[in-house]
Amino acid sequence: MSQFQQKVELICFEALTEDIVRLTFNAPKIAAMARPGQFVMVQTSPGKDPLLRRPFSIHQVIRDGHLQILFKVLGKGTELLAQVRVGEQLSLLGPLGNGFTPGSPETACLVGGGMGIAPLLFLATRFLSKSSAAEVSPKMPMVILGARNRAELEPLVDDFRKVGVDVLAATDDGSFGHHGLVTDVLTKSNLPPGFGIYCCGPHPMMAAIARLCQQESRACQVSVETVMACGMGACLGCAVPLKAGGYAHVCSDGPIFEAEKLLWSL
Amino acid sequence: MEPLIMATEKADLRVSIGSLALQNPVMTASGTFGYGREFEDFVKLRGLGAVVVKGISLAPRAGNPPPRIVETACGMLNAIGLENTGVDRFISDKMPYLAALGVPVLVNILGDSVEEYRQLAGRLAGIPGIGAIEVNISCPNVKKGGVAFGTDPQMAAAVTAAVKGCSQVPVIVKLSPNVTDITVVARAVEEAGADAVSLINTLIGMAIDLRSRRPRLANVIGGLSGPAIKPVALRMVYQVARAVAIPVIGIGGIATAEDAMEFMLAGATAVQVGTANFVNPGACDEVIAGIAAYVTEQKMGSVRELIGALRVC
Repeated sequence: MSQFQQKVELICFEALTEDIVRLTFNAPKIAAMARPGQFVMVQTSPGKDPLLRRPFSIHQVIRDGHLQILFKVLGKGTELLAQVRVGEQLSLLGPLGNGFTPGSPETACLVGGGMGIAPLLFLATRFLSKSSAAEVSPKMPMVILGARNRAELEPLVDDFRKVGVDVLAATDDGSFGHHGLVTDVLTKSNLPPGFGIYCCGPHPMMAAIARLCQQESRACQVSVETVMACGMGACLGCAVPLKAGGYAHVCSDGPIFEAEKLLWSL
Repeated sequence: MEPLIMATEKADLRVSIGSLALQNPVMTASGTFGYGREFEDFVKLRGLGAVVVKGISLAPRAGNPPPRIVETACGMLNAIGLENTGVDRFISDKMPYLAALGVPVLVNILGDSVEEYRQLAGRLAGIPGIGAIEVNISCPNVKKGGVAFGTDPQMAAAVTAAVKGCSQVPVIVKLSPNVTDITVVARAVEEAGADAVSLINTLIGMAIDLRSRRPRLANVIGGLSGPAIKPVALRMVYQVARAVAIPVIGIGGIATAEDAMEFMLAGATAVQVGTANFVNPGACDEVIAGIAAYVTEQKMGSVRELIGALRVC
């Protein structure tokens, strides 16, 4: 078995801001199988409304089978999740999806925006664990993160710095790091050819990064978010259009895609 | 706990749909269980009454543009657009795994014309492992201006007769609830030779996003499923079971053993678990275990004692 439906206990609740929450679950079976870029489906309440589970990329897997998700309270499902108390149990389904295909940490650039930063911390720690240049500071991979403002971005940047990677930051209001978009930072960084991008963020940001990478013939993996009912290839609700025509399914073909395969709309 | 488990294993859960014998009355609803394999980590596939697979057409279909699904109160709307691999790839890629499970596979078929349904039934005839054909008549008839087969008793009967004419296995017709009187269509397909009817398919609905003033589905309208539709489904199963002599398979918002047995009381011989599979991929196991526990607790000789046993007066 590689996927599990498990009742798991919430062991840590962190409110990073007023509406950004990080939950840590004791989920040993799922955590043991999880790879960066994969996701879990979380049942937000035992009742029938809201009915469907919510997909969350795996933010971190830490020792002793602990698994984290990170989210912003945006609707009914996330509101309920933000009310779960330490010690309570929730049903998790996972790990689901394909996950990133990590290349060398020496030629990796992680680009995250908003809650799209969530899966990149797991990826960064996985890169570090296999980095040959572990003694070198700042450690690879290169990381560029953006959000609306300092309050939303700084706690997440701190997490990356804590595990030992340097971060280039950008905020919409200029309150932390570069005043502007992560795409500006990426462009200015003069990323050498051969570096690959691992990207997760809002659709317009990923579309811009995808276009940039296409112009530079640069490999780019994106983590795509859609609504989905099942997360395991049954409902076929999570279709995204492909450049070659037809659709792919985010849950079973993704959520990680080579950016050039997708049809981007701006 | 152990004596109870031993006792529930002895509960007689067998039912029959025409000549098709099932080890228990719990099937998966088409379109909610993929081609079965997707659920192998979560449910005991060999323990199911039957596996009903995603609807199959002659040619592969890409499906509708997104968004294809939206959650609604106690349910969801979908407009997947009948995306499927087509019958040839279904037979070559999906059927070998399914046949090896040893439980009947019910192949849900759909087409744009009576002729397409006939050809599909012909292609599937004689394939090992297929226990029955379930005919989805909620599709539009392209040759009749897109009117759904299932909303016209004559067209529903024509499709039934065509499929029946080239099938050796039982033919189940899946009825659309989007009609004025579902018993009229039920009787029409019974007369045309259907061995059973399954109901209900989804109820047509829509959802609107006030902020953008747009429909929430790219297709504008879609099919409502989930607990929200259960009372409507129960009522229709009750009505149809009294109107026809062939077995009725109940579908609509079934998530627990209690739900399933309510449908059996209303007249269903078997049930299909649908949207619940999305939320709880182990739902069918729980439904089967719950029915077995009830049959044992109530000291019933067989689950069949529930069928149509509703006390109305």
